[in-house]
Parts: sequence; C-alpha cells; structure tokens
Amino acid sequence: MDFLNTHLLSLILFIPSLAALVILFLPSEEHKFIRWTAFLASLIPFGLSVYLWIQFNPDLAGYQFEVKYAWYDAIASSLHLGVDGLSLTMVLLTTFLTPLALLASFNISDRVKAYMMLFLFLETGMLGVFLAIDLLAFFIFWEIGLVPMYFLINQWGSANRNYASLKFMIYTMGGSLGLLLGIQLFGVLFQTFDLAEIVAKWNMISPNATFGETTITFATIKTVAFWAFVVAFAIKVPIWPFHTWLPDAHTEAPTAGSMILAGILLKLGAYGFLRLVLPLYPEQAQYFSGALAFLAVAAIVFGALASYGQTDFKRLVAYSSVNHMGFVLLGVAAAARAVGTLDATIALNGAVLQMFNHGLSAAGMFFLVGVIYERTHTRDLSKYGGLFTLIPVYGGILIFTSMSSLGLPGLNGFISEFLVVRGSWPILTVYTAIAMLGLFFTGAYILKAIKNVLHGPLNEHWAQGEHKLTEINTREILVMVPLMALILVIGVYPAWILDVINKAMVMLF
Amino acid sequence: MNFPVLSVIVFTPMVAAALILLLPAEKRNEIRALALTAAAFALILSAWVYVQYLVNGMTGYQFVEKYDWLPALGISLIFGVDGISAPLVLLTGIVMFTGVLISWGIDDPHAPTGIQDRPREFFAFLFILASGVFGVFASLDLFMLFFFYEIAVFPMYLLIVIWGWVKTREYAAMKLTLYLFIGSVVALVGALVMYWTAGQTTGVYTFDMRALEAANFSQAFQNAWFLPVFFGFAVLGGIWPFHNWSPDGHVAAPTAVSMFHAGVLMKLGAFAALRVGVMLLPQGAQHWSWLIMTCAAVAVVYGAFIAFVQTDLKYMIGFSSVSHMGLVMLGVSTLNNNGLLGAGVQMFSHGIMTALFFAVTGMIYDRAHTREVPELGGMGKVLPYASIGFIIGGLVSMGMPGFSGFVAEFPIFMGVWSKQWLVAVVASVSIVITAAYIMRIIRGVFFGEMPEKLQGHISPLTALDKIAIVTLCLFMVGIGVFPAMMTPMVQTGVQHILSLLGGA
Repeated sequence: MDFLNTHLLSLILFIPSLAALVILFLPSEEHKFIRWTAFLASLIPFGLSVYLWIQFNPDLAGYQFEVKYAWYDAIASSLHLGVDGLSLTMVLLTTFLTPLALLASFNISDRVKAYMMLFLFLETGMLGVFLAIDLLAFFIFWEIGLVPMYFLINQWGSANRNYASLKFMIYTMGGSLGLLLGIQLFGVLFQTFDLAEIVAKWNMISPNATFGETTITFATIKTVAFWAFVVAFAIKVPIWPFHTWLPDAHTEAPTAGSMILAGILLKLGAYGFLRLVLPLYPEQAQYFSGALAFLAVAAIVFGALASYGQTDFKRLVAYSSVNHMGFVLLGVAAAARAVGTLDATIALNGAVLQMFNHGLSAAGMFFLVGVIYERTHTRDLSKYGGLFTLIPVYGGILIFTSMSSLGLPGLNGFISEFLVVRGSWPILTVYTAIAMLGLFFTGAYILKAIKNVLHGPLNEHWAQGEHKLTEINTREILVMVPLMALILVIGVYPAWILDVINKAMVMLF
Repeated sequence: MNFPVLSVIVFTPMVAAALILLLPAEKRNEIRALALTAAAFALILSAWVYVQYLVNGMTGYQFVEKYDWLPALGISLIFGVDGISAPLVLLTGIVMFTGVLISWGIDDPHAPTGIQDRPREFFAFLFILASGVFGVFASLDLFMLFFFYEIAVFPMYLLIVIWGWVKTREYAAMKLTLYLFIGSVVALVGALVMYWTAGQTTGVYTFDMRALEAANFSQAFQNAWFLPVFFGFAVLGGIWPFHNWSPDGHVAAPTAVSMFHAGVLMKLGAFAALRVGVMLLPQGAQHWSWLIMTCAAVAVVYGAFIAFVQTDLKYMIGFSSVSHMGLVMLGVSTLNNNGLLGAGVQMFSHGIMTALFFAVTGMIYDRAHTREVPELGGMGKVLPYASIGFIIGGLVSMGMPGFSGFVAEFPIFMGVWSKQWLVAVVASVSIVITAAYIMRIIRGVFFGEMPEKLQGHISPLTALDKIAIVTLCLFMVGIGVFPAMMTPMVQTGVQHILSLLGGA
C-alpha cells in the first residue's frame, strides 16, 4: 500500500503506455484479445484515480502525492508530478472517458493493434499535462498528445481526413510556438522549470527591469508572453477566432477520437488558462480581462449560431463545443478581473465544473452521432427524420444527453453554466448578459438536432429493406450508461465534486 | 598502458577494407559478411568507449594514446575523446553498421536492392571513408586531423561517381569534392599559421591540439584567422551560404553513402569547426559569433523553407539537413553552456535521424525507382517497418518532445535566448515549417493510395533492413525519453570548451 501511495501518480500516468507496449507484442490478428486488453488496461488508471480521489485531502493547499524523477538534469528539468483539486478533477475525467472511448471503438476492425496503442499513448499524453508541475514536462506531454491524435484522425477518419488532421496538427503546433518560446525564456531566466518556483520568481520581477543586455522591459515581455500563452491555449480550447480547426478535426475523426477530442483535449487548453495563465500573468489577465470576455462571448454566441446553421449532425455537435467552452473562458475572464472575490470564486467553480460536464456531455453526443452514422452512413440532418419510432431507446438516450448539453436543470450542464453566469454577472455584467442570449441559441440548435433526427415525418428509407435501422446495441448502451449516470448524479447532487473544486479554487486564487 | 581502443576503432575499417579487397569479387556474400563483422566490431568498441567514458567531474580527454609519427615536425598520432567526440564516435559506429546492413539487399537480378554492383570495391571505399571519419573524431593532433579529414572526403568522390544516381553523379561528385577541398585548404592554411605562430612564441613546434589550446594567441591573430578556419571546416557542415554542394551530393550518392554523408560527414565539418575553430581560437569565436549566428539562423529558416517546396524525397531530406545542421551551428555560435550542449546532442541526434531517412528513402527508391513524392503513396501497407521508422525520424526532425530532436533543440534555443532573443524567435518558425513538410511527406509517401504502376512491384524489406531501422529508432527514442543517457557526457565536453572561452 505504501508503494501505491508513493507512486500513485506515476502509475496512473504510465500504465496506459505500458499497456500499449504490451499490446505491441500481441499477435495483430487477435482483434478481440487486443480490444479487451486495451479496455481492461485502461480501467486500471481509472480505478487508481478513484482511489486517488478518495485519498486526496481537499483541505490541504498545494500539490499532493508529489513525485519527482530526474529527467534532464543538464537544463534542470525533472519529471515532477503532483495533483491539486483542479488537476484531480481533470485526471478523473480523463481516466473515466478513456475506457468508454475504447469500448466505443470495439467496432474498429482495421489495424486494431495500432489503433489501441495510439489511444493508450494518447491517454498518457493527456494525463501528463494534468499531472506535470514542471513546465518543460507539461510542454512535452502537451505536444506529445498531438501525435497519436493526428494519426487517429489521419488513419481512421472519414473522407476529408488528410486536410483535417494536417490542419489540426499545424494549428496546434503553430499555436504552441509562443508557449515553447515562453518556457525557454523561463528556463533562461530562472534555471529551473519547476512551476511553483517559476510562478513565485516571475511575479517578483519588477515590470521596469530590463531583459539581459537589451532595453526591453519586463512589462513588455510579460504582455507579449501573456498573449503568446493565451493564443496557445485559446487554439486548443478553442476560442473564437482560433476555432476553425475544430469542426474539421471533429467531423473527420473516428467516433472515439471525437469523444476524446471534445471530452478531454479541449480541456487541456482551458486547464492551461487556469494552471498557467492566471497564476503567471495576474496583472495582464486583469488588464486584458475585457478582451478575454469578448472572445468568450464571441465563442458562445458565434458557436451557437454556427451550430444552428449546420446541416451535418457531427459539425453541429462540434460547434456546440465552441459554444460550451466559451463559458469556461467567460468564467476565467471574470475571475481574472476580480481575482480573490467571492464572485470570482463562484465563476471559477463554474468554469472547472463546466470543463468536467462538457467532457461528459460532448463525449456522449459524439458517441451518439457515431452510433447513428455507423448505421446510416450519413450525417446529413435532412436525411434523418422521425427515427424515434424506429429506435426509441437510442432516441431516449439522445434526448437525455442533449438536455445535459442544453443546460436543463436537474442535469449537470445547468449547474456549471449557472455558476459561471452567477459569478460573472456582477463582474462582467454586459458580457454575461450577451452570453445569456447565446444560451437561447444553444437551446435552439439542440432542439433543431433532436427535431431533425428523431421527430417529424418518418423518412421511410430507414424503415425497411436493407437500410432498416437497428436499435442501439448492448455495448453501445454500456458506453452511455456511465456517462448518463454521472450526468444525472452531478445534476442532482453536485456537492461531492464541487467541494473539491471549490477548495482548490479558493486556495489557488 | 591500457588496450589502445581508439586506434583499434580507427584502423579496423581500414584493415577490413584491405581484407575485403583481397577476397575474390565473386564471393559477394563472404565480402558482405566480412564487412558486417568489421562494422559490428567497430560498433561494439565504440559503444564500449561510450559506456566506459567517465562522466563525473571529468573535463579533459580520455582514452588518450600517443605515438610518434614525425617527431621532427612535432607531428604525432594522438588519439583521445572528450564529451563532444565520444558520442560522435558511437554515431559513426552505428551509421557504419546500419549502412552495411542496408547495403546487403536482395541479390535478385530483376529487382535488386541494396548494393549489387561490385560490392567488394564499394565496401572497401566505404570503410576507408569510415576510418577517416573515426580518425577525425578521435584525433588530438591537428595534422592528423587534416590527414583523416582528407581520407574521409576523397572516397566520397569515388563512391558517388561509381555507384551514384546516373543522372547527376558526375556533377554532384565534382561539386562536392571541389567545395570540400577548397574549404579544407583554407582551413589548412589557418592551421599552419597557428602551428608557426605558436611555435615562434613558445619555441616548441607541435600540432598537438592540447598544446595549441594553451598557446594564447593574441586577440588580433584570433580575429584574423578564426573565420578562415571555422568556415573552411563549416563548409562540410553545410553552413549557409556554403551549403550548396550538400543537397546535390545527398541526392546523387547511393543509399549507404548518403547515410554516411548526412549522418556523419556533415558532423565532421561541424565538429572540426568547433574543435579547431572555436577551441583553438576562442577569442576569435567570441569576436565573430554574431556572424556565425546570422549564417546559422539563415540556414535554419531558409533550409526549412526550401525543403518544404521539394518534391524529390532526397532533396527534401538534403535541405532539411541544412536546416538541422544550422541548428548545430546556432548552438555553437552561442558559446554558452546550453547552446553547446544542445549542439553536441543535435549532432548525434541529427546523424541518427538523417541516416534513417536516407536508409528508408533508399529502400523505397530501390523498389519504386522514383523518389518523387507525387508518384509514391501507400507504402505504409507494404513496408510497415520503413514507414514507422520514417515517422519516428520525422517526429525527431520536427523536434517533437519525447524524441532526441527535442532534447537537442530545446537547449539550443535556450542558449540563443540568452544571447539574442530575436534569433530564437525567428528560428523557431522553422519548427512549424518542418512539421508541415514532414507531415506532407509522410502522408504522400506512406499513406493514401499506392499508384497503380507500383502495385505488386514493392518487395518486402529484408530482415537486415529491419534490424537497421529498429537500431536507429531505439537511439532516437532512448535519448528522447532518457536524456541522461547522453547529456551528462556532452556536458563534460562543454565544460572544457567553456573553460577555454574563459569560463564564460
């Protein structure tokens, strides 16, 4: 037990990669065996994170379960891991969604081995971002996750996958350039990459000091670096106007890829805002909070409108991510403007919970799109119609999950969006008011999707013959059940998770 | 005196070349087996040097051997390695071994791969070249360094002219040889001036670089002679604007020679420029570092852009080498700890990576008879090892964290930051350009649909090809995941250079 407690984070982080290496040596024709190995292996980190959640003491400030391994001594970077309430929530989300996504991928029959390996490596990459508290290690995991995702889209995606995957890769890599340069600057200035140390030393630098032998003041450098970080994370979130890679990537990605992309990868960007941007640039964030709020509101409103305008079911869900993640940034902007106040804390609580909730509902929505696409081979909303009578169970699940996305009270989405709006209202009243209008369009596009797919006159094409639609099968239901259960639990009783988040937010900011 | 491991490493290929020439030309497989044995022997010894090299607190040269050669002129055969050259000796061993592996090929008159034309002479020349390369990395005597340098350059001409790509081999071989000879003559003049000047002031005429390091040349002397010496060697390192020979040479050379050429020979230039230019004329280096940095930064960005527009795989890799060697020079030009550390690792990392690129390209060319990216496609299905190897190389190339390229590039950029922030920002653009062309190549060559006329003509790789690919990949991933495998060693070499620079 002692070993478990001292190595808990490294076990969670590396077990997926280890499992991937084990799969490498399995015979590639044994599809079933490989699938089950991957799925069962991904349950181990989930079990460990539940254990982590239980063992975690939310009342302590700072990081817990810290471990530090020597990695790159020559430039003073180490593999330094630790969790606080913020990263804990994200770790739980990641380890929870990955097994579901793997289960959702059981229908993949093309190069199963490579697929499962990439997926498990992807999990390590994502967990690393949440767990690392060494800036260089953070960046490494941040970038390394791109590679499996690129290949998942490029190799298992649909028709336009080449364009989409390259766009995804170049956008994100290009966006991270500023982050990379910023991290290098920290390394040069402080000879360390330890996050806590950098935050402390960086904030001590006087704005009038100059950099090296140049006449550039740190006030300028901090402003430039602030925007470099914001752009890097905003691309990942994604925030309008940096979101254009997202609909393409989502639309072309295989179903499980979309689930992870929307469920977790987007959270990496939001996590970057909370973990790095706010602590490193409190003054700049405060100064530019209006701009951030503007971007957030633009994402909410344009995301909703764009979503409403789609005729492709998957693109509709993809744009809904822009819309929902906008609320996360709105919460961040509000907290940046009035840091330390009660309203700011409420907004941050909402933002973090919204990250978790969107992870659940977006993963569910993308999976459901995948389920129907697999049967009909179309995502065109006008080709469906009245399907509820044919597939009532699927219809029920789709409505339930959409309602979470729509923000129906009693389900999880309502809690987090309410908290964001409640916290932001006194701080950024006008922006929040406009964002509320965005909420109206959220309702509109969700209902549009439901109407087009499930209701209205039945499209006879799907009713009989070779195109007869089959009901959602047991495996697919099993993917949805845990998601729906958690959606409902958080909606009815959010205290168990909000307690952890709230204490973390109070101590962090 | 211990076992003279460095001289054994240096002369093993030479002796093997002589033995190979003694075998009858028809005994092709025996020739190859002998070559492989010699290469494996050299690889094991160089790995032994690498492992036995003492890291803790050491700064000087290790495994030093000294034999009088021409004592009257102060020329001796002195071998020794420091933290910069020990990895390069290992690199040469790896590239030599894998180069022999992939040259074995399939002896099928209808679909030959590897080297099937006069393998005896091919391996003999290749091994003479390898001896020269080992010699440059291990020499501590300036005269001997030149001696081995020329030995390394000359077989290149024959290898390209005889076994090269029919369309351009005469042109490329001539261009390459002339460029490199002119460069080395310029550097040789500088070296002789150093020899006379040091001799006049101290009274001891010697080519021993350990003595020349301590010669304390005057600032004016160093300023005047640094540029010829540095750039004379740096021509071989492919520094802009003297890089022009290099892509042509890469393209025309047969596969194993391209591997040697880009993997090791270009390091030879960068290494000699560092060893003779920076280490013997440190104040000169400080005086001119801005110029090197400018040339290097241009090479990094310009090379990446030119690589981006190529459609011929080999030209693409050739220009990407210019870009990556530019990063080595960029690291050298910082003259600080991080930059030099990164440059040292980058030399190794780039050597492995580009050797792998050329190996895979050669395998594809042997089968498809084209290197034009638009005419290729779908190779991933028939050549899975080649495609995974190329992808890993590509990730190294774009500096993806978790691979050796990142371990090298990150400190280089940190070094540049503390010297001149603008250069760091400009040079970082190359990362995205590199990602773009690597991704484009991977998609175009390995994925998508295979053109109809290639279908059914692509024979699988041999087991030896696979061993070569896996070996190279292991090093790139190993260093990427565990930088401690190499960085402490490079650090010892860097400490020595920094002490010559006046503890800067």
